[in-house]
Amino acid sequence: MAELEATVLAGEEMEVSFGPQHPATHGVLRLQLKVDGEKIVDAKPIIGYLHRGTEKLFERETYPQCIPHTDRMDYTAAATNNQGFVGAVEKLMGITIPPRAAYIRMILAELQRIASHIIWLATHALDIGAVTPFFYTFEEREKILDLFEEYCGARLTLNTMRIGGVPWDLPEGWTGRCRKFVEELPKKIEDWERLLTNNRIWKARTVGVGVIDAEKAIAWGLTGPPLRGSGVQWDIRKVFPYDRYDEVEFDIPIGKNGDTYDRYLVRMEEMRQSVRIIRQCLDRLPDGPVMAWVPKVIRPPKGEVYFSVEGPKGELGYYIVSDGGVTPYRVRVRPPCFVNLQALPELVKGHLVADVVAVIGTLDIVLGEIDR
Amino acid sequence: MSEETKVPEAAPQKMPWEEKPVPPTRREAREHPLVQELERAVPGAVLEAVEFAGQVSVVVELEKLLTVLSALRDFGYKFLVDLTAVDWKDRPEGRFDVVYWLHRHADSARLRVKVGVADGVEVPSVVGLWPTANWMEREVFDMFGIYFAGHPNLERILTWEGFSGHPLRKDFPIEGVDTGAAVYPDIYPPGGGPVKPKGGA
Repeated sequence: MAELEATVLAGEEMEVSFGPQHPATHGVLRLQLKVDGEKIVDAKPIIGYLHRGTEKLFERETYPQCIPHTDRMDYTAAATNNQGFVGAVEKLMGITIPPRAAYIRMILAELQRIASHIIWLATHALDIGAVTPFFYTFEEREKILDLFEEYCGARLTLNTMRIGGVPWDLPEGWTGRCRKFVEELPKKIEDWERLLTNNRIWKARTVGVGVIDAEKAIAWGLTGPPLRGSGVQWDIRKVFPYDRYDEVEFDIPIGKNGDTYDRYLVRMEEMRQSVRIIRQCLDRLPDGPVMAWVPKVIRPPKGEVYFSVEGPKGELGYYIVSDGGVTPYRVRVRPPCFVNLQALPELVKGHLVADVVAVIGTLDIVLGEIDR
Repeated sequence: MSEETKVPEAAPQKMPWEEKPVPPTRREAREHPLVQELERAVPGAVLEAVEFAGQVSVVVELEKLLTVLSALRDFGYKFLVDLTAVDWKDRPEGRFDVVYWLHRHADSARLRVKVGVADGVEVPSVVGLWPTANWMEREVFDMFGIYFAGHPNLERILTWEGFSGHPLRKDFPIEGVDTGAAVYPDIYPPGGGPVKPKGGA
């Protein structure tokens, strides 16, 4: 026995490959871990398994044809991806969208944020070992997908926004069903929190795991909940309001310690804030058209523009360079997950192998967007 | 009919979304405070300053790039939002633009810094200024073949090690190239694509 212990704790470093086929890596992420026993000495994420050349494809498609491609990047948050792309083209062309379209966009985007956070919560808890939240949370996500399906026919790859507005008005009775959903949701969020927030095992697995302070978080370019978890009050919806986010009231929840637990609390509160935004949008939903006047052929002027939205994962930016033609000359997507994942080695060093799973979950990555 | 309804209505005013959109125009931006601030710190660094759609871009010389970017970082641009490149295939003064998009939290100012580089010319790495540039520079290297001098680990990130070519260059065919899939020659013959089933059409 003593001999065995000696070999285990000899301080020898070993390389372990984690993924790309591992259920806890949320897709095809591979981590090359250097471990000393159970302790992580270094981690090297290896990505690119899902690379489809989306940025190259954008250069071939006309502007409206690009929109479905954006769905397939962060496939858990198609609506916000659409919002970013059409917003960038509108900025490039100087299009003002009608208020009703802006409000519909905001409702869809906030529903999408809740749906994306639900996936995060369910899988994050599942990875750590709490199986129950998965069943309760996915029931609610199903209702959001039903709302999406009723509006645009699709549940996942929504393709639900157009340059100049949204393609359809809301179906009859949709606002009522949406309101019913958002009225019921806070109660459910409370139920989910009751399962986790004060759960001793949950706290043992998340408090103090993957800590990053505010200064480092900014230096590593973190955005979204990972940045807010470190106590930086930063949200594109407040800093550079798009659509009509300047007309609704909401708070930016922030954490204190920058650990996995704080990021959990931030995302839970964000869902409540999204409910608050949707309620205000439904109350004030103006009448009128849902599409602005746009030319039949979208041909933006020569120039370049960067436009970003607050996606569920962080700042999702589109940098479009136009040469005046019908296809973009270059589209660069600033993917929040790609940038956030880069900080992973920083977050897991010194922790145990089991904590890697918690940190991957807390960064809320989607490989479709990282690899594009 | 009451009196009120008879009042002749003014011509209905068009809402901004009903009108033909007015695209933003390029404006010279040397006088812009963000550019002035930079010009004071590094005189003569700004070759060109343009404001378009409310966003300021400055073009700087490659030799002064690192000086400019570290000066900007000291001005409070602590957040490198994005680093990317654009391929202007036949541009005589240098094929690529490397584009830095910086953010300052104090006043939410954003500034775009561009530098033109020719094919094969090394760009100084900014990983020392912003650690987040590490993967972004690797991606630019992978996609465009632009080398970054002083990068700690400049290797491909989205494509694999054996990949040949740089996909986002304009002369890279959109159908892809034969990238040496010779590991499984029976399934993927040279030239790409799976083997057609025998006896089929």
